[in-house]
Amino acid sequence: MDDKLIIKGIEFQSRLWVGTGKYKDFEETRKAVEASGADVVTVAVRRVNIIDRKSENLLDYIDPKKYKILPNTAGCYTVEDALRYARLAREAGISDLIKLEVIGDEKTLFPDVCGLLKATEILAKEGFIVLPYTNDDPIIAKRLEDAGAAAVMPLGAPIGSGLGIRNPYNIKIILETVDLPVIVDAGVGTASDATIAMELGCDAVLINTGIAGAKDPIAMAEAMKHAIIAGRLAYKAGRISKKLYATASSPIEGML
Amino acid sequence: MRFFVFMRLIVNGEKLEVLNVETLQDLLKELQIEPQRVAVEINVSIVKKSDYSTFKLNEGDRVEIVNFIGGGYK
Repeated sequence: MDDKLIIKGIEFQSRLWVGTGKYKDFEETRKAVEASGADVVTVAVRRVNIIDRKSENLLDYIDPKKYKILPNTAGCYTVEDALRYARLAREAGISDLIKLEVIGDEKTLFPDVCGLLKATEILAKEGFIVLPYTNDDPIIAKRLEDAGAAAVMPLGAPIGSGLGIRNPYNIKIILETVDLPVIVDAGVGTASDATIAMELGCDAVLINTGIAGAKDPIAMAEAMKHAIIAGRLAYKAGRISKKLYATASSPIEGML
Repeated sequence: MRFFVFMRLIVNGEKLEVLNVETLQDLLKELQIEPQRVAVEINVSIVKKSDYSTFKLNEGDRVEIVNFIGGGYK
């Protein structure tokens, strides 16, 4: 079945994208990423440890030839910082992809959508493929599209909260509002959350804590892989409509 | 005869004194950093990889060398 996600000409093999934070070690990260079947992994941009040069590098475990490396601007609270990190990421990496985060508040980690909009516009003009992490707000999603975003990444719930898709109706409206891929980012706590996102018609789901924070991250990675596939298939298949009363599935004819 | 030339830099927030380092490429070699996987800012301006070998460092330069780490948030 040819049902691939394509963003700005880049073809993605998997509709599950995974983050690489919060794992016990690089080996666990590698195993979980492999079990998830994801071909996109997000990474953060941070200072190289210049004191301890023996410390290992994530990319020794996650082969950039095998996976698409999606740098983020996690931890950036201003437009200036987000631009700086995005530009550094492009210089350190191999592609124009950037998962843009402009965080508005430390407690909720909700995006600062005003800053996000501004940064999206600037980076899109600089040739970046901007994937902004945004609120589940259809109006902002539309504005981000107009500003040149290549996809929108609305949150299902706060980052790391595991609360699932808190407002499926907003996600549905976003899907109908923008003519861009919609990738749910943040909030997925277990497999059924990922399935719900895909059943709504989302193009992909990005999960980090939901996998890395599970008791067995590698098993959860595999669960998420199946959940995404199931949700996508169910969406394409078209679910039955909900009814208040029963409809018999066995025929009446031939009964004694 | 060879002179010993010391230079003080601030690299990733740390004060660093280096010996006979002239270019950015020299510095990365001194720090045993593979240029391929990093990005470098000197005084808040990004230096292109192709310029590492010709980019001359000066006393007091603020150097930021970054790479990709696991994330997620934080």
